[in-house]
Amino acid sequence: MIKKMKALVCRECGKEYPTAAIHVCEMCFGPLEVKYNYADIKNTISRKKIENGPPSMWRYIDLLPIEGEATVGQHAGFTPMVRAKNLGAFLGLDELYIKNDTVNHPTLSFKDRVVAVALTRARELGFETVACASTGNLANSVAAHAAAAGMGCYVFIPGDLEAAKVLGNLIYKPNVVEVEGNYDDVNRLCSEIAAEHRWAFVNINIRPYYAEGSKTLAFETVEQLGWRAPDQVVVPMASGSLLTKIWKGINEMRTLGLIDRVPTKLNGAQAEGCSPISTAFKAGRDFFKPVKPKTIAKSLAIGNPADGYYALKATAECKGAMEAVTDEEVVEGIKLLAQTEGIFAETAGGVTIGVLRKLVKQGAIKKSDVTVAYITGNGLKTQEAVIDAVGRPVRIQPSLVSFQKTFKMGKNGGSDA
Amino acid sequence: MIKVRIPTPLRPLTKNQGEVEATGANIAEIIENLNSSYSGLKDRLCDEKGELRRFVNIYVNEEDIRFLKGRDTVLKDGDEVSIVPAIAGG
Repeated sequence: MIKKMKALVCRECGKEYPTAAIHVCEMCFGPLEVKYNYADIKNTISRKKIENGPPSMWRYIDLLPIEGEATVGQHAGFTPMVRAKNLGAFLGLDELYIKNDTVNHPTLSFKDRVVAVALTRARELGFETVACASTGNLANSVAAHAAAAGMGCYVFIPGDLEAAKVLGNLIYKPNVVEVEGNYDDVNRLCSEIAAEHRWAFVNINIRPYYAEGSKTLAFETVEQLGWRAPDQVVVPMASGSLLTKIWKGINEMRTLGLIDRVPTKLNGAQAEGCSPISTAFKAGRDFFKPVKPKTIAKSLAIGNPADGYYALKATAECKGAMEAVTDEEVVEGIKLLAQTEGIFAETAGGVTIGVLRKLVKQGAIKKSDVTVAYITGNGLKTQEAVIDAVGRPVRIQPSLVSFQKTFKMGKNGGSDA
Repeated sequence: MIKVRIPTPLRPLTKNQGEVEATGANIAEIIENLNSSYSGLKDRLCDEKGELRRFVNIYVNEEDIRFLKGRDTVLKDGDEVSIVPAIAGG
């Protein structure tokens, strides 16, 4: 196998480091990123090789930061790319796709991708215990994968998470630590804990590797569209990492000659109650001001987004857009996607659909644009958000008369309901 | 006295201490004072113009100073200051 990784490199000052469990530049505190040996990768990778690979994100192993084979999360990724004809018609788009990570394996969110990379890499680096700071989905995925990998596990979550996301940790029996505070409090605490314990904190000291897993959403998009990059992507933003890695992934495919043009514009989606990145973008600023989150889109409730700066930069570079929607629009977005495409997204998906709708109205996304909306988590995990907005079942007696009376049907089934 | 928690990358400057004590009426002053005890610390936290570097996060009693008064945030005896480089997460 070729040596894919050259080094970790500081995104700010360019200083290089060995590919260890570190995430911060010692000189300027900038975040570290994996630097690849693209020349050698280019010699081995091809469309054909990828197409003959496994039906998972590991068909793109040549562009993922691990040294050997995948040992954790072998089935993650390669989720459906759904041609959304109904939603497209409703919005006035000719070619709209939903990248459906609500059915990612095994914990029903895109986090299974990043965790598969993070835990495989953590094992390569000799760790026996993994940990994370999470708004919910990441904790679920780390807990599940740690159970399967037989690793020790600590997950740190804010005190106000949805019931299904709390249960979705406990069932795997990790140490679930509920911190009295919001995600940013959890995150700061974990940064301090990570400095004191030799654990693989997937989104702290393992973050340079972990974050690369998100690129597979871009790779799959390009392959599933028949080896072409879309004109528009709409991506939910919490830390901003997913958006920047989708951009990186699409551009890597061009670097390696797998596609020859990238017409893609990035569109970042946030909830108004936590929109530090989109607010900065709309004000034309290249820096953001942290906020105290207040939104039902808890999976996106990061007030101090680690990759906010880079998300602003990438979106400006491709002349994309950013928008935010209200909690009401989030609920509307969830219902619209469910009722047009039969896909039940969590709140982050409601944010994405709400913002997609807004950007089409504003003319930022045009009718003929090939558009992909990323739906990154499953609605069954955030039922609280929609429980009062979906009505009740019709209740009847167990008799034919009761049924027909309720639905005002004649004896032969003619319905006027 | 104010307790200051020092992140790993800066510990070589503080003789490997994870926590040091310092004085100062606000964040700017405490950075100056830390720098006289532990030479080189200021350069690591601040850029050429003296502004805090983009990826440096400072908290006073667990609150991000960007929600307070930034470098002018007033400190009093018994406060705890925490320096966290490059908040990760997400």
